[in-house]
Amino acid sequence: MSEERTFRGRVAVVGLGESEYFRFGRSPHPEFKLVLQAVLAACSDAGIDPTNIDGFASFGEDRNDAVRLATALGVKRMRSTTMQWGGGGGGCAAAVANGAAAINSGLAQCVVVYRGLAQGQFGRFGQAAPKTTVSGDMAYQMPYGVLAPPQKFALRVQRFMHEHNVGREALRAIALASNRHAQANPRAVMHGKPLTDDAYDASRWIVEPFRLFDCCMENDGAGAIILVSAEKARDFARPPVYVLGAASGAEWRAGASPHNAPLYGSANYHSVAKDLYDMAHVLPVDVGSVQAYENFTGGVAMSLCEHGFFPPEDANDFLTLENLSAPSGALPLNTSGGNLGECYLQGFELVIEAARQVRGESTSQATNKDVALVIGGPMVSPASSLLLGSEEAL
Amino acid sequence: MSDFYLPPGLPAPVPEPDGISAPFWDGLRNEQLLVQRCAACRTWQFGPEWICHQCRQFDPIWTKVEPTGKIYSWERVWHPSHPALAQHLPYLVVLVELPDAGNVRMIGNLLGDPAQTVEIGTPVVGVYEHHLDSSPNYSILNWRLAT
Repeated sequence: MSEERTFRGRVAVVGLGESEYFRFGRSPHPEFKLVLQAVLAACSDAGIDPTNIDGFASFGEDRNDAVRLATALGVKRMRSTTMQWGGGGGGCAAAVANGAAAINSGLAQCVVVYRGLAQGQFGRFGQAAPKTTVSGDMAYQMPYGVLAPPQKFALRVQRFMHEHNVGREALRAIALASNRHAQANPRAVMHGKPLTDDAYDASRWIVEPFRLFDCCMENDGAGAIILVSAEKARDFARPPVYVLGAASGAEWRAGASPHNAPLYGSANYHSVAKDLYDMAHVLPVDVGSVQAYENFTGGVAMSLCEHGFFPPEDANDFLTLENLSAPSGALPLNTSGGNLGECYLQGFELVIEAARQVRGESTSQATNKDVALVIGGPMVSPASSLLLGSEEAL
Repeated sequence: MSDFYLPPGLPAPVPEPDGISAPFWDGLRNEQLLVQRCAACRTWQFGPEWICHQCRQFDPIWTKVEPTGKIYSWERVWHPSHPALAQHLPYLVVLVELPDAGNVRMIGNLLGDPAQTVEIGTPVVGVYEHHLDSSPNYSILNWRLAT
């Protein structure tokens, strides 16, 4: 008989912190300083001395080196350092999984998981970096004007919408739900900037089928969480938020370039979602709120389908503003505003928000706080997702 | 300049340091579309790799295929992500699958009116575009509707 592959309930989030969030280029601080602010805020929330952190975890392309961070903070003894492979936000949930695995395996006792991203300092994702030649995957794309994420992912979403007759109203509902929740969240960059149906419909095309408000923002900010073992977590001031399950990975040949993934009109979550629910002992119907990475609204629709909330043929019926709104919609979505409304931290703000949901501290609290889902970047490899839960969910 | 679908100034494609895609780019310069095919199990493979993903035989053979296919997906780009495109919007990008080469897919621009209605499944034919004055020089493959 095989042993169950799990760290369900063995690790908990005990601290949450973030820098102030800014439109790109508006941060008065460099990226690394934003990360230090976020880590210290998370330590303060947890009530721990930052010099006792002994593990560090982040994900693809984070520039904020763990050794520099440990040195700057005066960490007494550095132990585990993990970096999730893959670009974009596919690893935002896996970074938490890797940190939790480090604790569960005894490699570390107190792990900070973090993300810093200052697009003002380092360049906007919506623009191609200046260069005269290109090789590899992008060589097959850039000469044709497929240069940045909007053009790369619109092709996949278009195919998904074609295969399942998904309409633009479904994408609009996703954009409006994030914005509605951002209006309740004073941290959100889009706070005070409500979006209406008409404004969405009138917004300019970026690349069909995406209008402006289907696309994530470009921001400056940083976020961090503190993980400890479940045993230790019960001694902390804040209610523990347990890791119920986590999974990452990719489908067969998902990385076949250029645009040759066999499951093309897909977020790359079919097998990841199965692993996730299996570890967490949770079904989609148990989930109280979802934070789903919005690089583009279409990716959210795919991610929700592949996590079992509705078959793609029902996307137009399910994806309505009413269903996606806290507190009592069928599936409150992106309740801090997420990448579209709060701050684009490549999804790490979604991890923080899911923990807030479990604590019952969200500015758009869902009725069911006990199980909160985070889905990382869709259409990338590896992808990852995470389930957090309260004491009651164990 | 008017021979090009998009204006000059976009990055020029070059092989990786290990040269794996060099036959593909050399093929386009000679108006030949080359796709890897395994000598052992006949599996088509694109983009290129040093090994066949189906049977693990090394060095799949670069094999000439007809540049004919069907539109698998498409997009119309309205916002420039590169300064060279700022005065040249919108433009059309298609992802084309090649039924004669194991349904591998290639990206290119769809020639003709950028405002045209595009339908998935439409047959298309490849059109080579040679950037001989570029440094380094290179060739790419665009698509037009099959008539």
